[in-house]
Amino acid sequence: MKTKLEFVEASKASLAFRDSLIMIKRSSRHILRNIDQLLGTFFQPIMFLVLFVAVFGGAIELGLPEGVSYLSFLMAGIIVQTVAFGSTTTAIAICNDLQKGIVDRFRSLPMNNLAVLNGHVISDVFRNGFSTAVMIIVGIIIGFRPQANFVEWLVIAGILLLFTLAFSWLMAIMGIIAKSVEAVQWLTFIIIFPLTFASSAFVPTEGMPWALKVFAENQPITQVIEAVRALFLGFPVENYLWTSVAWCVGAIVLSIPIAAYVYRKKNVN
Amino acid sequence: MADTITVNNLHKSYGKVEVLKGVNFSVKKGTILALLGPNGAGKTTTVRILSTLLSYDKGSVQVGGNDVKKDADKVRSMIGLTGQAAAVDELLTGRENLIMMGRLYRLTHNSAKERAQELLEDFDLVDAADRPAKTYSGGMRRRLDLAVSLIAAPPLIFLDEPTTGLDPRSRLAMWRIIEQLVKDGTTILLTTQYLEEADQLADNIIVIDNGKVIAEGSANQLKSKIGSDRLELTFNTIKVLNNATSVIKAKGLEVDEKELKLSLPIKDTNKDVRGILDKLAKDKIKIDSMGIHKPTLDDVFLSVTGKGKED
Ligand SMILES: Nc1ncnc2c1ncn2[C@@H]1O[C@H](COP(=O)(O)OP(=O)(O)OP(=O)(O)O)[C@@H](O)[C@H]1O
Ligand SMILES: [Mg+2]
Repeated sequence: MKTKLEFVEASKASLAFRDSLIMIKRSSRHILRNIDQLLGTFFQPIMFLVLFVAVFGGAIELGLPEGVSYLSFLMAGIIVQTVAFGSTTTAIAICNDLQKGIVDRFRSLPMNNLAVLNGHVISDVFRNGFSTAVMIIVGIIIGFRPQANFVEWLVIAGILLLFTLAFSWLMAIMGIIAKSVEAVQWLTFIIIFPLTFASSAFVPTEGMPWALKVFAENQPITQVIEAVRALFLGFPVENYLWTSVAWCVGAIVLSIPIAAYVYRKKNVN
Repeated sequence: MADTITVNNLHKSYGKVEVLKGVNFSVKKGTILALLGPNGAGKTTTVRILSTLLSYDKGSVQVGGNDVKKDADKVRSMIGLTGQAAAVDELLTGRENLIMMGRLYRLTHNSAKERAQELLEDFDLVDAADRPAKTYSGGMRRRLDLAVSLIAAPPLIFLDEPTTGLDPRSRLAMWRIIEQLVKDGTTILLTTQYLEEADQLADNIIVIDNGKVIAEGSANQLKSKIGSDRLELTFNTIKVLNNATSVIKAKGLEVDEKELKLSLPIKDTNKDVRGILDKLAKDKIKIDSMGIHKPTLDDVFLSVTGKGKED
């Protein structure tokens, strides 16, 4: 061996931070090299947006408040739905790692355990941010006219960031406990599909049957959608801002330690 | 010399199935220990416990003076692991894999980069260095996998079946690499199903079967348990074979009529072989071919496990 090896000396916390950065770089490279998935990230939201507006627009606009187009109503809903579905890639990526044995290698290294998960979650935030930006730009091109001022845009970005983190961490747990990638796919689907459709994402809740309406109006995803929607359209945010922030922060605070725990316990017995 | 690994009375069950039933062994610093055993013997289980990936039920395991349960992080900073299944990141290039793992071992970015280049050269991967690992052949992936575990030059390396699936040339190359590592002072624990491999590389061999150590020692010690060298003689016809058999009449003589072959134990090669050849020459018995069979680890394996390695 010719190379003289130099090791980094630093506190435990800053080494852990460094490990996470290394893993974020890794997961981001995965995203950029997975061309098929990247194209999906780009085109799928555009397709949903255009289809929903074209198919439902005419019928639903009748039930919307004066002067609100279906496009401007839909925008918040479709962004939140896309982010929720997008977070399943976190679960799939983590499950893939666990299946392929590379996690064994990571575990045999003196690195911070949580860094692997951090890498997937944070890089997913980047990817979801990209999807969201694409949708907003396409929305504006086809006639969406958001009323938000600069500060309100920052608040929107903040809520969506919290929401993405919350969902990605929840999905990280699914990715760890699932036994296969197929299992991840249906597991995440049966959670996300009802949550996003039984919400105010695509239609106002007024027309729903009573029980569904109560659920839809009080479940977390609706809080996030309503907060973002109000900020987009210049409506009063009422309590939605605080309820959505509370749900997201609560989910994050709970799911990180659970994810860390199930990850540590996975396959050690 | 100090022991780098000490395993005492190690027990491990998966659910109700007991896989390790009280395994004991130790590895001296700077030596190679081969863990030999048939499929399902518990080799991978042992390696995973020693490399902190798996918990165990009873016993104690010390690696480099650290308890694998209590001081897992200390253990991790001094070991390199090449598991049975290649554990490289398929979407990253060979070089990126090496640099990433090096940094996770806490190497500085520059050290990781330099060391990666050096390993790519050593492992004949320079041309493929900047291609994603998923485009590598099985042998290249195996080499990359091993290179990755050497990135921070850990003093102790675990290799779980390092040459399974390699062609003879790559296997020889891997052996040379392993020998060089030990020359540089690395301690190695490797598992294998190839007796020849253990024979070639290991200072000490442990045979495990069904969760227990059933034989232990250097290759020569194990072989001497099986018995001495044998002289093998083959003849042209059954008649000549029978003639030879009646002329030789030694203790331990074995006759194989189908192969027209006889074999007998010899102690002093010069004296015994000459004596037998003289006897045959006196009766003008013509030998077709002749050879001396030294006991192999295959013989050891068959005799201690009571079965071949295939079943
Ligand atoms: N996660 C697990 N759950 C249940 N049983 C397991 C598990 N892993 C291994 N086993 C069982 O434990 C026994 C020992 O397995 P191990 O992988 O250690 O064997 P091995 O000696 O490495 O075999 P091989 O030569 O095939 O690699 C086998 O019977 C195997 O079926
Ligand atoms: Mg094995």
